[in-house]
Formats: sequence, structure tokens, C-alpha cells
Amino acid sequence: MTDAPHAMNRRQLIRHGAWFGAAVGLAVVGGEVISHVAGTADAARIQGRPTLRFAQVSDSHIGFLGKANSNVASSFGQAIDRINNLGYTPDFVIHTGDLTHLATPGQFDQVKQMMTGLRTPHVFTVPGEHDSIDDGGQKYRSAFGAGTRGAGWYSFDIAGVHVIALVNTLNLKKLGHLGVDQLEFVAKDVAPLPSDTPIIVFSHIPLFAMYPDWGWGTDDAAQALSYLRRFSSVTCLNGHVHQLFSKTEGNVTFHSGTTTAYPLPPPGDGPAPKPVTLPAGKLHDALGIREVSYTRGHTTLALKDKALQ
Amino acid sequence: MPGRSRGAHAVLLGLMVAAGCSSPQSATSPSVTFGSAATTPGMPGMSGTQAMPNMPAGTSAATAGPAAPVAGDAISIDNFAFAPATLTVHTGSTVTWTNRDEEPHTVVANDGSFHSPGMDSQATFSYTFAKAGTFDYICSIHPFMHATVVVTQ
Repeated sequence: MTDAPHAMNRRQLIRHGAWFGAAVGLAVVGGEVISHVAGTADAARIQGRPTLRFAQVSDSHIGFLGKANSNVASSFGQAIDRINNLGYTPDFVIHTGDLTHLATPGQFDQVKQMMTGLRTPHVFTVPGEHDSIDDGGQKYRSAFGAGTRGAGWYSFDIAGVHVIALVNTLNLKKLGHLGVDQLEFVAKDVAPLPSDTPIIVFSHIPLFAMYPDWGWGTDDAAQALSYLRRFSSVTCLNGHVHQLFSKTEGNVTFHSGTTTAYPLPPPGDGPAPKPVTLPAGKLHDALGIREVSYTRGHTTLALKDKALQ
Repeated sequence: MPGRSRGAHAVLLGLMVAAGCSSPQSATSPSVTFGSAATTPGMPGMSGTQAMPNMPAGTSAATAGPAAPVAGDAISIDNFAFAPATLTVHTGSTVTWTNRDEEPHTVVANDGSFHSPGMDSQATFSYTFAKAGTFDYICSIHPFMHATVVVTQ
């Protein structure tokens, strides 16, 4: 792996984030990775409990047996412990997909069983493409689809925030894909909402073009986002890329989360998004969980990414 | 929760204060409202009194592929690419794909004529082409991977 002169590696990014110890956003501008403290002034004004606080975990790949992580169940267990020891009870935990590596019934059973150990009132999920490998997501929906609509999408309201969970891992041509039924769901779902309702969108594959050559984008995301254009606060959280990355486009902020299983290369670094085997002892610096909080009256969410360590 | 003092706490301190004052979750957790679904999506997390569930041991299923046929036409999946990208065979030939990546892949014909299960590392998939034609296919997990089998009479 060759390092671009101005690019930080993932470990440096995470260390950088930890050093700030606050709401840190990462953005790529002109090919350079830049970190910035997002909404610092907002964060400083937080008094006590935020309006909403939850945790994101992603890409546990239960069943992976490669050398990049010899025990993905153990590292996912550590991620659960990390969430259970935040010092407060998150209002919910979202797993943004690739719960399993090969979508076998045994892997779904294992990851579901492990997530019952999360100390939180609600655990939500969206599927990754590894969870819907050869059956259009049927086994995923058998395990996690109760109460969802269409191919597994849904929405809910919590603490005045409207949350939409999307499925963009089915019927793939090259990129992630939502499809007409789901686009119609989004349009109708948000139609009655006042424009000052904060919106959070979960998906597995990014809803922005992070690196289309590796499939890191969603071909019809622009249509979905057009329904959200009138809202003053829209935040999209995704997994899939196994690394931290943030980007703002107009009224929408996108945040890719890291993984609990194994890192992938930075966009375009090497021929393919192959699992990266790190030197001994370095893996857990690249794995992590994310805390997200929202305080009423603010337009941006506060994010804190924590390495597993 | 703390009162409305206007002191500018750093976010870390703010979180600690919040954590220190958090009351039982039933009193502080905001409720979730679903617009239309009769059933609630998601699953409950662990309740405060519930014991840690036992982790099931050894449930992860490794899908070892069938033994690779020694004869026939072979396509390798390596570095997220099918090689050769175009393979020409005669009608009735059996083509075998072998996944040499650490990542799983699939082999899915664009016209639906064949469709492998998820192939883990070193797994194989074989398909016999009974009819002539040009068959474009992709990996459904990584659909930017695409290749072609040309079947001649």
C-alpha cells in the first residue's frame, strides 16, 4: 500500500479523532483527507442529556474466516461491550449492515444472539450486500425484517427526529440501488413532515458517490435525496466502506462508519476493495463504534468515533 | 438532568455529566413511534436485569465448496476480477469458477440463466452451457465485477 503524501492512514485518522475527543468530522477535499471539529460551538452548549443519543455499529461480517481478522465474533463482542460501557444507555443501537459474511442461517442466528446483549431499548438494522447474497434478502428479513415494509425498509420517530432505514443492497447493477418502490416510500413517508423536522437516514452502501469504481455509491440516491431537500437537517449514516469518511452536499451530511471486522483500503488504493491485513496488534485501532447525539435546535449531529482498542 | 446553567462545558464533560445523572432508562429514553407498521421493526436490546446470553459456539458456517473438477474450462476469481474476462467454449462445456479471493463472490448471469450461491474463499461453482450464445455475468455482491462466456456450436 502506497501512502499519498498528504493522506493520513486510518490509524492516524482515528488517533486524530480521539485526540480531539469531540465531535469530529472528516472530509476529503481535492483528494486530501482533512479532519475538522464539526459543530464545536453547538457541542459546547450542550447542557446535560442531548435530545437523542444512539450508537452505530457496522460491518461485523460474522462468519468471516480470513487472515485480516481471525476472530470477527470476538471483535464484534468487544464492540458490544464498548457500547454497553458508554456510561449511559443509548436510546437505540443501529447496525448498518453486513451483519453476516455469507448470509447463512447460522450466521444470522449468531449475530442476532450477540446483539441481544446490547443494553439499549431498541436495536435496529439495515442489510448489507453480504446479508442478501443469493436470495434477495429473504434470510435477512426472516431474522430482522419483522415490522418492516417492502424489502425491509422502515421509518420511525423518536424524540422529534424522523429516522428512515433504507435497503440499497438488492438488484445491484454496479452501485447500490433503492428502486422505485422504495423511492415512493421515501416520498410518501416524509410528505407530511414539517421542514424543520431533523431527518436521519440509515443505509448500508453510501448514498453519496464515495468511490463508484468499487461500487461505493447508490445509483438512484439523488432521487431519494431530492425528497429531503426542503429539510433543514438531514444526516445520512452508512457502513460498507469499513472506514471513517464524511462529506456535506447542500443540506445533507454523509458519514461513513468503520467496521468491527477488518479494514478495507482507502478509495482507489490498490486494485480492489480487499480486506487489509494490518501488522500484529494494529487491527483494533481500525475497528470501532460510533456515538451520535442530537440536541434540539441544532442542525448538525455530534459524532464521536471510538476505536475498539 | 442538570439544570439550565449556562456554563460552557466541553462535550466530553457534558457527556460525563449526562451519564452520571442518567436515571433508569424507562424514565429517560424517548419513545419510538412507527408511522404505519402494526409490528415494530428492530429488536429489543437487553433489559437491565436480563443475564448475558450465552454465545453460541461454532455456529459460523464455512461454506467449503465442492471439490474442484479437474477437467473442463476454468475461470479464476482473483483480485475482484474474473479471469479470463471473456471465455469461449463449445456447447455442452462445463465451466468452473474458483474464488481465490479472501472475499466471497457470486456468479450471476444477466439473463438469469445461471446463479451461484455465495462462494467463500476457495469455493467453486460449475455450470454446463447447453445452448450457444453470449452470456454476460456479474458478481452480485460486487457488481462492478463483470465478464462474459461465449458459447459456440
